[in-house]
Amino acid sequence: MSKRVLDINELHTHFFTDKGEIPAVDGVSLNVSEGEIVGVVGESGSGKSVTSLSVMQLIPNPPGKIVSGEIMFKGRDLVQTSLKQMKKIRGNEIAMIFQEPMTSLNPLFTIGNQLIEAIRIHNKMGKGEARQKAVELLEQVGIPRANDIVDEYPHQLSGGMRQRVMIAMAMSCRPDLLIADEPTTALDVTIQAQILDLMRQLNRDLNMAILLITHDLGVIAEICDRVVVMYAGQVVEEGTTREILKDPQQPYTKGLIRSLPDMKAKNQKLYSIPGTVPKPKVDMVGCRFAPRCEYAFDRCFAESPPLYHIGDNRTSRCFLNERDQREVASHDETVIKG
Amino acid sequence: MLIPVLFGMTLITFSIVHLIPGNPAQVILGETATQEAINNLEENMGLNKPYFVQYGIYIQDLLQGDLGTSLRSKTDIAQEIWPYIAATLELTFFAMIFAVFVGTNAGIISAWKQNSLFDYVAMLIALVGVSMPIFWLGLMEQWVFSQELGWLPATGRENSRDPIEPITYFYVLDALLQLDFSRAITVLKHLILPSIALGTIPMAIIARMTRSSMLEVMKSDYIRTVEAKGAGQFIIVYKHALKNAVIPVLTVIGLQTGVLLGGAILTETIFGWPGIGRYVFDAISFRDYPVIQSGILVVAFFFVIINLIVDLLYTYIDPRIKY
Ligand SMILES: Nc1ncnc2c1ncn2[C@@H]1O[C@H](COP(=O)(O)OP(=O)(O)O)[C@@H](O)[C@H]1O
Ligand code: SF4
Ligand SMILES: [Mg+2]
Repeated sequence: MSKRVLDINELHTHFFTDKGEIPAVDGVSLNVSEGEIVGVVGESGSGKSVTSLSVMQLIPNPPGKIVSGEIMFKGRDLVQTSLKQMKKIRGNEIAMIFQEPMTSLNPLFTIGNQLIEAIRIHNKMGKGEARQKAVELLEQVGIPRANDIVDEYPHQLSGGMRQRVMIAMAMSCRPDLLIADEPTTALDVTIQAQILDLMRQLNRDLNMAILLITHDLGVIAEICDRVVVMYAGQVVEEGTTREILKDPQQPYTKGLIRSLPDMKAKNQKLYSIPGTVPKPKVDMVGCRFAPRCEYAFDRCFAESPPLYHIGDNRTSRCFLNERDQREVASHDETVIKG
Repeated sequence: MLIPVLFGMTLITFSIVHLIPGNPAQVILGETATQEAINNLEENMGLNKPYFVQYGIYIQDLLQGDLGTSLRSKTDIAQEIWPYIAATLELTFFAMIFAVFVGTNAGIISAWKQNSLFDYVAMLIALVGVSMPIFWLGLMEQWVFSQELGWLPATGRENSRDPIEPITYFYVLDALLQLDFSRAITVLKHLILPSIALGTIPMAIIARMTRSSMLEVMKSDYIRTVEAKGAGQFIIVYKHALKNAVIPVLTVIGLQTGVLLGGAILTETIFGWPGIGRYVFDAISFRDYPVIQSGILVVAFFFVIINLIVDLLYTYIDPRIKY
């Protein structure tokens, strides 16, 4: 097995607001190995962005704070790393791109200025040389007329082009890990596919690990090796993309898969899981998914299910997996006495 | 933009004379004037012609740089007004330098170190500053720094026993042009107290505006992007955040400059500053209408110029804005 680049253990990131403490990330563990693309999926509000920002140590403080847990990156714990050291890692060893390509670039500086800045923060390089490198990076991510674009402002580019610029910026120092938080959510379908292709290509060519965050299982299916499903601040299921898509265990994952648009059955009404993600609270009783779960039974409302290990790198947070069963009870056998 | 606004201003200044109830000539000359004197004045000023003809003449004169004749001093206003304008512009300039420099920096650091002791103290000062009566501040300054400590002169633009040779009537500039550094310093010393008195309110407004604008900008996605690149706080705050945050502050700076230009009478009076405010104020008590008209028009003119400069700065800072 190849080396682990990122290993998050029992991460707790909480927000301390006027309305009380919000455990937005509540004991999350996940890992990414060299050259691997790992997807984190879950509806909006499940704590995916907070997890990824925790890795970068970019949680706005106040109100947010990493309360406990460790984030091992290439053998060091980022939670314990000083800001000074962290600055050397950000953009250099771990790069990040965000959901909104429209607002993620500073509107008042040229593409070139922002790219050159990214290059020169971590490399001793003259302006001219950095500019040459910037043009090369733009060409590398498939931007036509890179020589002109370098002097243009973000508002002169389309969303897809801006996201390519963001990727070029992220690639500027050849990071070991790229964290992409909903990189294609704001883009239309064709552009989305192009951006995913580009990311896969960079992953292969540079053997760069990617942590891809999305609320869209379709995106996961497209390029991820493994999947971590999150719900209300916790990991609820983990496995290879194949396992998750073909043989989901946890009812929430099943719901996500059911709500995928089916290419074969056209005009069918799209399924969506009823209800919404609850805001995580400190003293939640029972399974967090219980109010929306069609399999829920008495115990689900009284106890919180732990994360059951049901195979190699395969977990599920559901009482139905307690006996490590491969097959979940079929629909009419739902009520199983604990 | 520039032309219609100035045109509108001439309408207003023109109307001033004609909005006064009663016969303008009568008002100008006072109750005891004889009918003959009134007729003469009407003849001289063209007051017996129809309004639109009078206005036409007024505009024609203005276009030729003719602001009319002062009733009091009987001299050409265009000739005697410049030293007053220069005095006001110079004072406004230094007051705004003080206001912008202190205000923006206080705002930036307050936002950067939000909820720190600096933030609390700076914002308390800003709060007091906005509500500070200028005359009180001015008098306190004079009492402390002039009377008690004797560090700075309390009134005037220069040492009147050792006057400067005026060229542009911007005294600092004039002294520097003549390479007369000791006089330049004297003039600067005279500028300090009135500049602070005049600049305090805009300084406080700019500080608060900068702070809130910075806090807003610091939350934006592109700041997070810069942080994710591994940039240091200085680049984040002074390059990326400041340039964005300064855009709304610029509007305030422009407006406040205009306010100072027009509203400096109090400061000019306290500090014996021979500026346009004093010039117009004195004219009022002599019913010197041509001077009042011209003074207002000149202030309006510079107000428009400042707005023009602000607009140009916008396009310079923000590539998305095009005219
Ligand atoms: N700045 C913040 N202040 C308070 N709560 C926050 C903040 N950011 C995130 N949260 C909390 O964290 C939860 C998870 O947010 P997030 O990680 O952005 O979800 P996702 O990315 O999965 O959509 C939110 O529901 C919210 O309650
Ligand atoms: S533990 Fe119960 S409520 Fe939770 S997912 Fe499993 S069946 Fe549903
Ligand atoms: Mg998110």
